Amino acid sequence: MASTAITPTRMVLNQLKGRLKTARRGHKLLKDKRDELMRQFMDVVKKNKQLRLKVEEGLTEAFGSLQVASSIMSPEMLGQALLYPRQSVELGLKFRNIMSVNVPEYSFQTKNNDPTEIYPYGFAQTSGELDDALEKLAKVFQDMLELAQVEKTMQLLAEEIEKTRRRVNALEYVMIPELEGNIKYISMKLEENENSTKVRLLKVKEMVLQDAHHYK
Amino acid sequence: MLKIAVIGGRETVMGFKALGLEAYPVDTAEEGLKTLRSLTREHDDYAIIYIEENLAAQLSHEIDKFKDSPTPAIILIPGREGSLGLGQRALRAAVERAVGTNILGD
Repeated sequence: MASTAITPTRMVLNQLKGRLKTARRGHKLLKDKRDELMRQFMDVVKKNKQLRLKVEEGLTEAFGSLQVASSIMSPEMLGQALLYPRQSVELGLKFRNIMSVNVPEYSFQTKNNDPTEIYPYGFAQTSGELDDALEKLAKVFQDMLELAQVEKTMQLLAEEIEKTRRRVNALEYVMIPELEGNIKYISMKLEENENSTKVRLLKVKEMVLQDAHHYK
Repeated sequence: MLKIAVIGGRETVMGFKALGLEAYPVDTAEEGLKTLRSLTREHDDYAIIYIEENLAAQLSHEIDKFKDSPTPAIILIPGREGSLGLGQRALRAAVERAVGTNILGD
């Protein structure tokens, strides 16, 4: 694989040896990084899977209750009841560093901490099913928030793993073999030069000796 | 302070509005695209955007753009008709991307 652009000198050989060493170290480090990322990733995936199932179940249930509520109440009434939310959510965002990947971490605060305060309407004109639906929704919302965090983490990790894997492969299958090939090429070329010099010297010595002493 | 948006059918987002999230009811995919674009481009204070699955199916191109950026997180939620399995599929796609093959075995 030795490319023809390589000049077979000792200096280049030394340079290549240095690069090979760096490449090997980089390869090892990246491989470790990839393995650790993968381990974290698998944890996140497992968690994500569970949470998603939980959220989807919870939401389906909540929507079911909402459906019942909307079939009992007139759409205008329902719209009116939910028109002005009494609750508001404020989201805090921090970043956590997993193997140099910044993943989001959410924290949220509701303006009203009283769990009974989620109903933005008076109880007189609404059906109990609506209360039920909102309660379920509020409960599933906690999980939804965690799901958002976990899912984003998973996506970001997946991207980083893909990148790292590419780098590891590029080093392992392209860079390192190429460097090794070049080094081999140069050292063989140098050896060849050395041999030819040696032979030439022997020859010259023979000729000189013959000239001086008239051997044979 | 950051906000959370919910995009979906009118009945879907209605409930979330009561919880204090910002609800964006849309009827068509184009409307959804417009809403999503305005939420992601013109505002930067939406950290999480929940989007209904059947809508997301038609907006996957736009949603994929945000897969690699830390914010916003665009999360699919099932609509009224129940789960379409798109969220699960996204999970599997991420695994496939990272590992190279689907190792979850489903």
